[in-house]
Amino acid sequence: MKTESVLEKVFATGELAVTGECGPPRGALPDVVKNKAAMLKGYVDAVNVTDNQTAMVRMSSFAASVFLRQMDLHPVFQMVTRDRNRLAMQSDIIGAYSHGINTMLCLSGDHTQFGDHAMAANVHDLDSVQLIQTVRGMRDEGRFQGGAEIKNPPRMFIGAAANPFADPFELRVARLAKKVKAGVDFIQTQCIYNIDKFETWMEGVRERGLHEEVYIMAGITPMKSAGMARYMKKKVPGMDVPDELVKRMEGVPKEKQAQEGIDICVESIERLREVEGVSGFHIMAIEWEEKVPEIVQRAGLYPRPQV
Amino acid sequence: MITAERKPMGEIMESIDGCGRILLVGCNECVTVCAAGGRKEVALLASALQMASMKKGRVLDVREMTLERQCDPEYVEELAPHIGQVDAVLSMACGCGVQEIARRFKTTRVFPALNTKFMGASEGPGIWAERCQGCGDCLLGITGGICPIARCAKRLMNGPCGGSSNGRCEISDDVDCAWHLIWERMKELGIEDRYEDVISAKDWRAGRGGGPRRIVREDLE
Repeated sequence: MKTESVLEKVFATGELAVTGECGPPRGALPDVVKNKAAMLKGYVDAVNVTDNQTAMVRMSSFAASVFLRQMDLHPVFQMVTRDRNRLAMQSDIIGAYSHGINTMLCLSGDHTQFGDHAMAANVHDLDSVQLIQTVRGMRDEGRFQGGAEIKNPPRMFIGAAANPFADPFELRVARLAKKVKAGVDFIQTQCIYNIDKFETWMEGVRERGLHEEVYIMAGITPMKSAGMARYMKKKVPGMDVPDELVKRMEGVPKEKQAQEGIDICVESIERLREVEGVSGFHIMAIEWEEKVPEIVQRAGLYPRPQV
Repeated sequence: MITAERKPMGEIMESIDGCGRILLVGCNECVTVCAAGGRKEVALLASALQMASMKKGRVLDVREMTLERQCDPEYVEELAPHIGQVDAVLSMACGCGVQEIARRFKTTRVFPALNTKFMGASEGPGIWAERCQGCGDCLLGITGGICPIARCAKRLMNGPCGGSSNGRCEISDDVDCAWHLIWERMKELGIEDRYEDVISAKDWRAGRGGGPRRIVREDLE
């Protein structure tokens, strides 16, 4: 084992791992974090704590992750390169590790243009691949990015994102390979709605043997309504929602659309778990955390292994 | 070239408020090419300023000059005989030119008439686009001749991010995805395998990270 991460231990058992997501609130509201996290407890192995997602100021991923640790949950500490330079990122990494946070996700982050601080500077001192390299260097070589020795280096289990649906599609396996080369341990994908396209991507991943070098978690987001399906299709960059799915959501009465969304989500997991190289599921039930237990149970991912 | 755009008329008028005589100075270099601050733009702005002043019931004396290069002390010296006769200089050069005038004429106020934008190239009549951010350590040799620092909205050195769609950047359909362009170019050059070379964290000291930069060429001193 490279780390003490529970997520790494679950992967090592060979069982499908499950992660959830907790988006911190836009205010000093610790109870919001705790309530969201409490809904996930026992149903996921670890919980992603997002870092100013959609480029909006929120409680820091670090602070919210500490609340999760205090609840004996295992945060996946997300870090975007948009907001901080390498000094700030590395200090947060050793700070987080000092609080028992041993799993993180390295991202470049949504562009500031999409948030409510479009006037802010985009830092991008490092990109996501370079952040992976940095965290690996801190762990495996015990060195800061600048070269100096770290006393008690942080042993982080290192995650990153992959979007099989962005363009150019032919480059998307190579992009994953680049993250593997940089030292990533696990991947969480963009929400999967176009399963055929995901399977094509996974074929490419298997041809290169990348699924044996990195744990790949399939990203899942239940849709609450036909409106949300249309919004995701049209407005969210890098999202691929097939027409059939939008039609299926539109085809049921409004009051039953939420349940239809959960059904689709469970069916997706059932199909995706058969794809060779899928090591788990990352369930992003955005502001709908209370549905995660149902999804996990119905998809046959419950109970979670004790490691 | 260095590109620039003229400031809004209101802002320019506000900056020279209270001045009766101004020296409006253009530059024959980059800002002439991007049609922001050459001889022609100097003449146009001079008329516009005089008309705007007349509307306010004032008389504004505008003297026009266009220097060969406003960032070069040798040419800026040409302003010396005129500087004592005006209340302020209004410069239509890039920020380098404005600062060179301010450096040379310590007791004369100088105002910028342009907003300096970026180092770029022409993409067609009336269109210029950013190409270089002067990072001081050129990567173009390994990125297929397309700069990800200047042209990727997140300046990713190992892109593209997950927001690339049909060759366009997620921030706007008017912006090309730099990494899409890099990938296409790598394919044309038959060097796709080089894509997977990880470009390590950049040393920004060669750029603005090291503070204001200077070049000293001893052989030319």
